[in-house]
Formats: sequence, C-alpha cells, structure tokens
Amino acid sequence: MAARGSDADAAGREHGVTGRETWPLWEVFIRSSRGLSHVHAGSLHAPDAVMAVRNARDLYTRRGEGVSVWVVPSSAITASDVDARGAFFESAEGKEFRHATYYTASEGVPHL
Amino acid sequence: MSTATADDLTGDPAEEELTFQRLIDDDSRVEPTDWMPDAYRKTLIRQMSQHAHSEIIGMQPEGNWITRAPSLKRKAILMAKVQDEAGHGLYLYSATETLGIDRETMYEQLLTGKAKYSSIFNYTTPTWADMGSIGWLVDGAAICNQVPLCRCSYAPYGRAMVRICKEESFHQRQGFEILLTLMRGTPEQQRMAQESVNRWYAPALMMFGPTDAESPNSQRSMAWKIKRFSNDDLRQRFVDMIVPQAEILGLTLPDPDLKWNEERGHYDFGELDWDEFYAVLAGHGQANTVRLANRRAAHEEGAWVREAARAYAEREDADRSAALERIA
Repeated sequence: MAARGSDADAAGREHGVTGRETWPLWEVFIRSSRGLSHVHAGSLHAPDAVMAVRNARDLYTRRGEGVSVWVVPSSAITASDVDARGAFFESAEGKEFRHATYYTASEGVPHL
Repeated sequence: MSTATADDLTGDPAEEELTFQRLIDDDSRVEPTDWMPDAYRKTLIRQMSQHAHSEIIGMQPEGNWITRAPSLKRKAILMAKVQDEAGHGLYLYSATETLGIDRETMYEQLLTGKAKYSSIFNYTTPTWADMGSIGWLVDGAAICNQVPLCRCSYAPYGRAMVRICKEESFHQRQGFEILLTLMRGTPEQQRMAQESVNRWYAPALMMFGPTDAESPNSQRSMAWKIKRFSNDDLRQRFVDMIVPQAEILGLTLPDPDLKWNEERGHYDFGELDWDEFYAVLAGHGQANTVRLANRRAAHEEGAWVREAARAYAEREDADRSAALERIA
C-alpha cells in the first residue's frame, strides 16, 4: 500500500507499478532570503541528492525565489500520526496561561 | 510517532465522513493524510493528472516555434515559457502523487491515451501569431480557470496553483505583446494576427468545458469546493475580460453575436460548436496523433538517460555528502 503522507511522504513508492525505471521522491525546502528559514516548496523526482538539488533549482527558483535549497528524501521524513492528532496535540489545549494575553492584571502598566 | 499511512485508519468511518464534511463546510483545506471519500480522491486524481498532462503536452504547440522565433529575445522568452509549462506539469504531478497514485502510472495513462489532456493543445500552430494567440487567449482562459483553483479544498492542488498562477500572468502578457507588435506592423502582420485570433477564439472559449447543463460532474465538484465557479460562469468572465482587450489590440473577435447586454451587465456571445469540441476530445483534432506520438518518443528515447542517471547515482552513493558540500 502506498503511503499517503504529508506532501512529502512517499515511503515505499520508489518503484512504479509498471516496474520501469523510477527515480525516488525528494522534498524541497527553499530559503527565500537571508534571515528566513527554509520552507517546504514541493517535491520532485531525482536519481540522487546532487541531481535533486539541481532539479530543485530549475523547478522552484526560476525567478530568484531562493538563496539556498535543501533536499530530503521523502522516505526519510517521519510524521506525527495523523489519526492520533487529537491526543497527540492535546497537552497544548486548555493552557491559556502559556499566552501573554492570559495575564490582565498588568493592563495599563507601561512596557509590560 | 509513526510514518503516516492510509492503512492505519481507525475508528468509525461515519465520524471520518463528518470530519471531512466539516473541513469542506468551514472552507478549510483537506490535507493528504486526512480521510476523504473515494469519489473525492478519484475526481481529484483525474482532474489533477489531466491538468498535469495538459501542461506537458502544452509544451509542444509552442516548442514548434522556438527555432523560428523572430528574434533572439523572442526565442529566449518562448524557451522560458515552455520551461514554465514543464515546471507546472511537475508541480501538478507531485501534488497528484499525494493522493496515492505514482508518477509512472500517470505517465502510462497519458502515453496509452487512457488519460485525457486539454483539447486546446490538439490545434496546430502554423503561424508566429499563434504564439501571441496562445499566450493571450489560451493562457488567459487558463488563468480564469486556475485562479479559483488556488482556493481548491484539496490543499496540495491549491498550493501548486498559487505557484502556477504567479507564473501564468507573464505568459498572458507576453502573448498580448506579440499580438500588439503585429498589429502595429505591416498590413500582412495585422492580417496574420487577425487570422490567428479567428482560429483560437472559439477553442479558447471551449477550454472551460461543456455548458453547465451538459456537465453533470460539475455540481459535485462545486459541492466539494474543488471547483468554485461553473464552466459557464468562468466562460462569461473570460469573454467580459477579453472584449476590451481585443479593442485595445484593434482585433475583431470572430463572433457576430458578441454584444454588450446592458441588462445582464455582461457580453452576450454566440453558441459554440460543441460537435467540434467532442470530435477533438474523441481524438479527431488536428494534432492528437502527433502530440501523443511526440510525447511517447520523448519518454522512450529518454529512458536510457533515466536508467544511466540511476546507475550513476548508485555508484556515487558513498560520495553523496561530499558532493553536496561542493555545490552548496
């Protein structure tokens, strides 16, 4: 069964059903300018990391969209379990006290 | 933590269906890992892969003119545009793969004729003015179609469309400029532009698909928020857009029924020749056979390159990190 992951997830999908030559899938991350994080841009097929970086340049930065490119084999990405996401992210819920807006006593006090 | 797969779906399907419907109702987005109805998945695979195939086949009518573009600048522009079409195809193939179909299967469906692509690319491009008409009318119609797809309920499709739409506006403007240059030229050049627009106008209008009455799947796609507007609404929007543009170009749109309707606040336009549309769809267009034959040849003749690259990659595997550092 083919994995259906994030845009990413392609574990076990390296070989096409036709059995013909298929390059593995890579996820592409682009840093659009200095000072910003690399952000997921999309994916592509390439035979190896070097070709993946070059293909990513041609595919995702034809108009100067990036100053740096990362590629990661899609199969190397581990994702949180989507079906357990409720329980998985539960601990952040109901904890308004983690946000600055929870504290109102200091309203009107300068620089606070 | 685990790698997410579609196999480990648990819980009540009905509940998953409700969750899916809530995402649609809330104008939220469906991500690849979410449960979705099989028909939704199938509809998207069909629409998105056909869209990808259209971009790939769409390289051919313009590729035809790269060697004969009238100047080095026009040649560079045309190459950039054709490269963009390849890129759009690749974004869309990747997005479609998130639905669980692999790239080879999609290629196979295109090459065997099982999957369709937009009929517009089965028309030939006998004159340079056709590069103008394709940019202005064909890419113009594509933009009308594609802008609402940026808000498609299936997130990877929407994300691909955002990227594509940014690039399409260059395509439309360069087409307009080609026609404008011809219209400011000699009488022969003006005739060439008019003759080309005469040929492309109706096929461009048919790009939006059959009338709403003849498009039974449209309703469901709209309910799923894959499509946001009906074929006829988009077609009307396009006509309203190009009439004033044609006036600026000094071109006549070949439709005697085209006139402003004060009451509707839209342009009325004539009945389209749907028999032609269905004939081209069925494989009887000017270039169906040659488009597919070219695509097949490119795929088969490129097979040894793909295999060689894979063999090289395997040999170089050990040096991969070192090589990456070199180009960084």
